[in-house]
Formats: sequence, C-alpha cells, structure tokens
Amino acid sequence: MRALPGAARVYVCLVVLGAIVVMLLGPYTGIDPTALVFLMVLFVVAESIRTLVDNGKAGISPSSSAALASIVLVGPIGAALLGFCASLLVLRRQDFVKRLFNGAQFALAGYASGNAFLRFGGDIGVPERTDFPWIVVPFAIAILVHTIMNSVLMAGLMWCLGVVRIQRANRVRWRPLATLELSSIGYGMLGLLIAVIWGVVGAFAIVLVMLPMFIARWAFDQYIAEQRAHDATLATLCQAVETKDYYTRGHCMRVSKASGMIAQELGMDAERVQTIRYAGMLHDVGKLGVPTKVLQKSGKLTEEEFAAIQLHPMRGYEIVREIGFLGEALTGIMHHHERMDGRGYPMGLSGTDIPEFARIISVADAFDCMTSTRSYRKARSIEEAIVELRRCAGPQFDPAMVDALIAAVEREGWDAPDAVEPPEDDSAEVAQQDHDDPSVPLRVAGEAER
Amino acid sequence: MTIRAGTARETPPNTYPKRSRFDPTRLLLTVLAVGFAGGSLLWTTLTGLVEPYAALAFGVLIAAGELARITLPGHREVAPIASAAAIGYTFLSAIGGVAAHHTAWQVIAVVSAGLALGELPHIAVGRMPQWSDLARRILSVVAIALTFRPFIARVPAPPEGAWWPVLTVMAALVVVVWLGDAAIAAAIRAERLRTRVGVAFRDELRAQLGIGTAIGSTGILLALASTVTDLVGLLAFTVPLLVTQVAFRRFAEIRLTYLQTVRALSRVTEVGGYVETGHSRRVSKLATDIGCELGMRESELLELEYAALMHDIGQLSLRDPIASGATVLAAPREQRRIAELGSAVIRETGVLDAVAELVRRQCEPCSGEGEGGQPPLGSRIIKVANAFDDLVGESTDQDRTEAVLERLRMDSGREYDAEVVEAAARVLTRSPR
Repeated sequence: MRALPGAARVYVCLVVLGAIVVMLLGPYTGIDPTALVFLMVLFVVAESIRTLVDNGKAGISPSSSAALASIVLVGPIGAALLGFCASLLVLRRQDFVKRLFNGAQFALAGYASGNAFLRFGGDIGVPERTDFPWIVVPFAIAILVHTIMNSVLMAGLMWCLGVVRIQRANRVRWRPLATLELSSIGYGMLGLLIAVIWGVVGAFAIVLVMLPMFIARWAFDQYIAEQRAHDATLATLCQAVETKDYYTRGHCMRVSKASGMIAQELGMDAERVQTIRYAGMLHDVGKLGVPTKVLQKSGKLTEEEFAAIQLHPMRGYEIVREIGFLGEALTGIMHHHERMDGRGYPMGLSGTDIPEFARIISVADAFDCMTSTRSYRKARSIEEAIVELRRCAGPQFDPAMVDALIAAVEREGWDAPDAVEPPEDDSAEVAQQDHDDPSVPLRVAGEAER
Repeated sequence: MTIRAGTARETPPNTYPKRSRFDPTRLLLTVLAVGFAGGSLLWTTLTGLVEPYAALAFGVLIAAGELARITLPGHREVAPIASAAAIGYTFLSAIGGVAAHHTAWQVIAVVSAGLALGELPHIAVGRMPQWSDLARRILSVVAIALTFRPFIARVPAPPEGAWWPVLTVMAALVVVVWLGDAAIAAAIRAERLRTRVGVAFRDELRAQLGIGTAIGSTGILLALASTVTDLVGLLAFTVPLLVTQVAFRRFAEIRLTYLQTVRALSRVTEVGGYVETGHSRRVSKLATDIGCELGMRESELLELEYAALMHDIGQLSLRDPIASGATVLAAPREQRRIAELGSAVIRETGVLDAVAELVRRQCEPCSGEGEGGQPPLGSRIIKVANAFDDLVGESTDQDRTEAVLERLRMDSGREYDAEVVEAAARVLTRSPR
C-alpha cells in the first residue's frame, strides 16, 4: 500500500469503503446459502486457474460467469458478498491490497449489475420455465453493466496510478474492445446457464459447466503459446539470415518495429499492423541470394553485380510467397525498393502504384540503415537521419510515411543500435556499401549515382 | 558421385500428394452412414414428425454448426456445435416441462438432414468435406440415439433433483461412443499415413480429448437446459462452445502458419546456394514418411518435420557454401560443425529445444560412439534421409534409388541405423519418387 501514490491510495480506500457500505446495508433476505457456497467454490476455482490473454493487458476470466450466475441466484447483495469474499480467498500469489481492491471491484460490479437485472424485470432465484425467453433481456443488460462497472473501476485505478492517459475517442482502438466485450458476453451467458442447470441437477452442474469453460481457456492458452512460438521462430530465422554481415545484425527486427510504428501512426487496425511487422521482419530475406562478394565489394559495381542486388526483393518474395498469412505483406516485400519517382527496382513503379506496405517498409528500412553504423561510416544521429529522410521525401519516399515515422519517433523515441565494432581478426564479414542507404547510394560503373 | 540437376529449376509448391487409395473402412463407413440417413429419413417421412418445433430448432442449430465446421491440425474435420446439438437432441427428454417423445429414427433423420443442409454451401463453393469424418459424425449419433432413445422411453421422467442415474447413463454413453469413434478414426488414419493403429489411436485420443469433452458436456447441457428454458435458450447456451471452437480454429490456423513459415524459410539455404533446390523439403518428406513407418507419435513427427526442414540451417553461418551443398560428402568435422551451428540457431528461438537437439545430433553415427550414446530416433532418421537425398538428388530413376539404398545398407549398423534404412526402403518402394 505504501508503494502506491497518494491519489491511488485514496481511490482504493474509497472503492473498498463503497463495497463495505453496500454489503452492510443489505438486505440479506432471500439468499440461498447453499447456492452461495457453490458459486463461491466455482468463482475461486475459476479465478485461481485463470491466465491472462491479450498480452496480459485485459484478462477475461471464466470467474465472471460465476459472478453473473450469482446475480440471478442470490441477487445483488449476494453477488456483492460473493465477489468480495471469493477475491480474498483466491489461491494465487497476490498482495492483500490488490485482493482487497479486486474484491471491492467485483462487489460493486455485482451489486450494480444485480440491481440492473432487478430493475429490468428479473427475479432473484432459480429461473422458472415461464421466465424464458424474456429473462435474457435483463440478463444481457446485467452483463453489460457488469463489464462496464469493472472496466470503469479498473480504468480509474490505472488513471490514478498514471499508467494510462485518457485518449481522444478517435484514438481508442475499438476492435479489440469489441472482441473483449463479445467474449465477456459469452462467459456471461454461461452464468445464466449455470443458474438454470443449478435448478435442475444441483452440484453436478459444477462439472458440466466448468468443462467447456476450462477447455476454452486451455485452447486459448495453446493458441497464444503457439503464436508466441511462431513469432520467436520467425524472428530467429530472420536474424540467422543476416548474420552474414556483421553490421546489419538486428536490422530486420528494427525495420519490423519501425514499420509497425508507422502503420500504427497511420491508424491501421491491429491485424494489418501485425502483418506489416512480419513484412518488415522478412523484407531482406532474399539478400541471401546475392553473392557475398557482391555485397562486400568496396569499389564500383558492374552492371551485372547491380542487377544481382536488384534481384533480392524478388528472391525474398519467392521464398515467402507460400506463407499464407502474409497476403498484403508479400507485395510490401517485393516492392520495398521502389521509388516514388519510378526509378526504383524491381519494377519501376511510381507514386501510389507502389503498394502502401512497400512505401512504409522503404522508409523504415532507410531510417534504420542511416542510424546504424556501417563499415564505411559511423551511425548518424536520429536528427540527421530525419533531415535526410525529409530531403528524400517526394522523389524517393512517400512524404506521408516519412511524416508518420517522424511523429512516431518523436513521441515514442527510438533505440538506435549500439555502435558495433567488428572483431579484429578477419572472421566477421562486413559489407563495404549498403543498398538500403539513401545518403550513400550504390556506385555503379558507367552511370550516375543511384 | 552425385548428378546435379539444373540449378534454376523451381521447386513445386508443397503439395503432398493425396493418397486416394481404396480403403474398405472408409467405404463401409460411408455406406453405413448413407444407409442410416436414407432409411431414417424415409421412415420419418412415412410416419411423420413428433414435436416438429424441437426438430426444427435442433435441425437449424445442427445445420449452422456444420456450416461453421473447422479443421483441426492433422486434417481432422470437426463440427463441434453440430455434434453437440445432435447429442443434445438425442438426450432431450422434455422441452420446457413437456415430455418429448421423438424416436431414435427421428433423431437420425433430423441430424442427417441438418448436416446435409449445412454442408450444401460448402459443396457449392467447392470445399468438399472429408467424407469419412462426416460419416463418423452421423454414425456417432446413430450409436447414441439407438441406445438412449429406447431407454428413456421406458424410464419415467425423473422428478426434480433425481437426475443422477440418467446423467450417469448419458455421460457413460458419450464416453463409450467417443472411444469407438476415435478407434475408427485411428483405423482410417493408420491406413492413410501407413502408421501403426495403436499409435494412431493414441494420437487420435490426444487430439480429440479437448474438443470431444467440450462437445459431450455441451450436448448434455443443452438437453438438460432445454427441460427448463424451452427452445429459445438453445442459442444462448451454444455460446460457450462457440468460444471454444474459435479458440481451436485459431490454434489450427497458427499451427498451419507456423509450418508454412518454417517450410518457406527453410528455403533460404537453397536461395543462398548452400544446398540444392528442394533439398530441405524432400528430406523432410522422406523423414516424416520414415517416421510414420516406424510408428512415431504425431507430436514427434511434427518435431521431426521441423528438424528435417531446418537441418541445414547451420550452413548459413558458413563463410562459403560447401561444394554443391551435399553435407554427406563433407568431412565429419565440418558436418558436426554445421549441425552445432544450426542447433544453436534453433535453440535461440527458446521454444524448439527438442528440434534443436535433433538437429545437433543429426550427423552422429548410429553406433553411438559419441559421449551422448545413441542419438535419438529423429536424428537417425534425418541422417538417413539427408544422405539419401544428397546422393540421389532430384533424380527419379529407380535403379539409382536402389543403388543408393544399397550403399546406405552397407554402412548401416555403424553409420546408419539399419532399421531406419529398411523403413526408408519400404517407403521408397511403395511410393517411388
């Protein structure tokens, strides 16, 4: 508690006090003690096994179905009592203040939604045959009130802690919120089911109801774990590809990050942002097809050697085109060296003919290249790189993407890689020029600078 | 020693040839399912529907569930909501307090009609169902219905709170039918992949345990809930299963994506000129076939496939490609170094330790002279598959295959595992490349 800032301390005290007042006021008539104990067991078990999904930011938990069942079976006061007591009993390592706050939060949410349920025509007790189907309406309203109450109380705490700022409405990402709301309605409906089944088979309801619930959780955990494994494997393999050149290590990760930042700044939805992160990760995978001696050549390139370099986006495309989920990212990988004025490669597209993803990656790519050390020059500062990007915006880069990157970097900052010094002996391979570098273009024999 | 094909040749996209051999089990299943469906539909048309509203509600739910069918890893097609609704309709003893009297034949007819209706849109856009899986869905319901409906017709409706005996019967029936279903699925799978039935049965149980339990318990729940809520509650009570199904579908998708990613990125060694075009894929195909032949579990097969795809990834750390990429011709020390480097890369992911271990030990001799004793089966398989592909390459010449197998046989016991070489020979004679 002492670790909390003053505002948060006051806030927690207020919420807990509110919950206690509600529970003291009662009335306690008409609460079935067996049902209360049964629901409490359900709640504690569900809460104890819960794991977080969605990057641990918003946990949806099967315990909410127990809480919502209690609204029907034991009413608002019963629900408040259940939420408060069960949160204190949960078998998990959690400090007392946190438990107390969670308990109070559940108590208030349960109380509010219980009252909403009664207000819109629900009755306390096991639902009867005649209650259906109209009981679904007040119950759905109760679910809504429950989630809103929970989120508002939680958001209040976060705000007091200074973790989140209140965002403008158009910056809030609605899609994940809607998904979360849908899944909580799913778990909530299970609450009505628990109440009905409790009336039919009593305690055996625990087994019947918990099974699908746990399996859903288990499957989601499997999914999340597999997703993480996939991302880790993808990142590792991409890094393995670039170990060939000592200076470009970590390039793919940083391009992935910068591309993601641009996409977010442009307001793309989460799925596309994720796809462009993959595209950024994979953009140079075709570089392996360029012979090492071409990459390491220090003098001017011959026409053939330059052609070999120009081929790498196509090579990359050939490698990754079978990966089904990439979709739009494929065009991004293929065209990431096109220029707005049409002098790029491999196809010489210009302007908005260049796919959006490619325009994003090309800016991110150049930005990371300039802020990293190369064998032939030191890393530039972020400011210098921004100036250079601005200079090239128009003929080479899409100005909108450049602006987005600059805005994102100014807000979130950018971790430029540490200056790398290759080992003294000749074991590391270093390139003498970099095709990504807009400030030091490739030198091709018999031609002006590219 | 090796004949090299043209370097610029494209690898065909990874379409594993479907083995559409004649399989009597599948034929029998389909005939049985069609027979039961047709017979029950005919019977029901003649005798008329009892309680048509319940039949309609459950039929629609079954059709919707079939429409939303999903494919789990390992080409297992399931339709959780359709199956649960079918079980729910079978176990239905009362609707909103009024006893239900539908017969087993009506159950089968409603389920068949629902499944057919839900399957129609899929067929219309050319997504054919896996007929044996569809037949199994019908036959499981046939088994449950023919046992349960006569039983519940004779037992009077239980009073409030006395549901235990009926519940026990329901649960037992679901479990027994599920086991039988898994056994049939295992028989088909064993025939398709040429693996052992026992192994396939255990794989099937493992793969279906989660979704099967969810289906069974939701089916029972639907039946019990309908006694109170009437039919309107059905939709609300399917939601938890829908959540489960979404989770399983996402898992199946990411599993497929993972495989695609590894398959695609295994090609970087080819593009970099380290190995011959298509080498990683051919090695992984041969290795998994050998693994099936030797009765490896499904999870082990997946690890083997990943390891075989990435077995040459260590070459990326080499300064220059070794001559024509054939590791079998490289010096043992060099081979070991590539294996160590590749294993280090894979270990870096933090999630594929078992795969990294297979890759690390891929070049150890099978006699187990190293400090770690005999290398794991997966490593021994990769060693044989890799050597075979290095020596044969893209050639499809039968004599050449024989000659190379003979050469591997000569080295077996010391260098190669004799059992693995024989399994490879069986695989290669059965389906020549």
